Amino acid sequence: MKLIGRKIYKGMVEAEAIVTNDGISFYGGVDPDSGKVVEVGHELEGQSITGKVLVFPTGKGSTVGSYTMYRMKKNNTAPVAIVNKEIDTIIAVGCIISEIPCVDKIDIKNIKTGQKIIVNGSEGSVEVK
Amino acid sequence: MRLDQEEKDMLEGKYGKAAQKSMEILTTLGEIFDAENMIDVHGVQIAGVSYANLGEAGLEFLTDMAEDGKVRVLTTLNPAGMDRENWQALGIDKEFAKNQNRAIDAFARMGIITTCSCTPYLIGNAPHYGQHIAWAESSAVCYSNSVIGARTNREGGPSALAAALTGKTPNYGYHLEKNRHGQVLVNINAPVNGTDEFGVLGKIIGDKLVELGKKIPYITGISSATVEELKSFCASVATYGGTALFHMEDVTPEYNKYPKPTEIVFEINQNELDIARGELIDEDIEVDFVSIGCPHASIHEIANVAKLLEGKKVKKEFWITTARPTKRIADEVGYSKIIEDAGAKFAADTCCVVAPIKGRFKGIMVDSAKACYYGRAKNKFKVKIGSIEECVGEAIK
Repeated sequence: MKLIGRKIYKGMVEAEAIVTNDGISFYGGVDPDSGKVVEVGHELEGQSITGKVLVFPTGKGSTVGSYTMYRMKKNNTAPVAIVNKEIDTIIAVGCIISEIPCVDKIDIKNIKTGQKIIVNGSEGSVEVK
Repeated sequence: MRLDQEEKDMLEGKYGKAAQKSMEILTTLGEIFDAENMIDVHGVQIAGVSYANLGEAGLEFLTDMAEDGKVRVLTTLNPAGMDRENWQALGIDKEFAKNQNRAIDAFARMGIITTCSCTPYLIGNAPHYGQHIAWAESSAVCYSNSVIGARTNREGGPSALAAALTGKTPNYGYHLEKNRHGQVLVNINAPVNGTDEFGVLGKIIGDKLVELGKKIPYITGISSATVEELKSFCASVATYGGTALFHMEDVTPEYNKYPKPTEIVFEINQNELDIARGELIDEDIEVDFVSIGCPHASIHEIANVAKLLEGKKVKKEFWITTARPTKRIADEVGYSKIIEDAGAKFAADTCCVVAPIKGRFKGIMVDSAKACYYGRAKNKFKVKIGSIEECVGEAIK
């Protein structure tokens, strides 16, 4: 199944999806050293997003979150791609400065945790295998 | 999005890596917000300066951008996490100071003027009516849009830096006249005086706007306001309401440019002001810290504090936070000596919101509703709002 959205940042990767219906705050909500979600009560609390395609509705929290994503990329703890329902500026800027392929305007209900998906940030599409 | 040749060249890397990354940020934001083109900006104010907020992550980004990035327009900085000269006396640890200076040095390498202040419009980064700028710092954004009539969106740290390194910003939001109309009519039916009371008013309006899901108030009933009162109001309404623009009848320059909103109206009477003030005073507070200058104190406010403190001694930690250029004027004129002889301290370049002071104090008294918000949220202090006179009175008690 191929889902067509909007390109936010270029690049193509294939990896396992990790999906949540909660918003993500990279600043304070994710530990940039371990790559784990640490926000108390978050659907993904305790789970690692490293090396996965992180699929969530939209970003939230402080604008410093863009910098946290940059740090994760340098630490090799970042997700390899991001898919959003509706992008916000923190995640968009974070993806650009960290060079993480990103697509939004995707109906994320069509993606399940554990599925292998291909994110094409240059085309703005997501393919669920 | 339509780009001109220079913008395309930046995007292709012909102006270097930092300009390329910047243009990527700006064009992507432009696409997200349906901007048709880029516009030139005349000045930039950058936020995300305190090492406490940047962390090692932000610092790495700045260091990388400083490799070949140079600003193309007048650019100034938000407050840092410490007074750059007097940090030891203010209890900042060495490691923090070292990292804070690394961040400021990276900004300096890019040609940014490292005056660390939330009131750039008081110290030379002052746009005129109708100019396009790209400012971060929510209180200064609100001031420049509303009081000056310049045009800016609420930028974040990276997008403001990107504007500085390219001289451009995507043309959307508050840059367009169609988005600058007042949405909610607010009638004030009580006298409002002093920085503290304008802060209280900003909280009431900000809270109400959030409830209504609206952004731009059109305010009536304020016959006049000082620069200091407006700066306090801007900080408060931006903190509580996310407001980047308001119109104030007979006070701000654009109030009669657009139609007065009529659909949504709310009234503010003395009773609302009293209730909101009460919400900014924690009942069981024991004040051990007094701070004036959120946003950064003007020379007029410093003169007032000096007058109130002359010949007195403070008994509590008392900070006057201000921009270093303003502090220099206070030094020249002699206000600094009077204030320091009374035992109060200047904290230039920084403020009680961004300095790493969590745990050092229990109760803070301020004349700023914004400082109350962050005192509670960020530093877990008990808070109390009062006029400058009441703050000084508390400090010498």
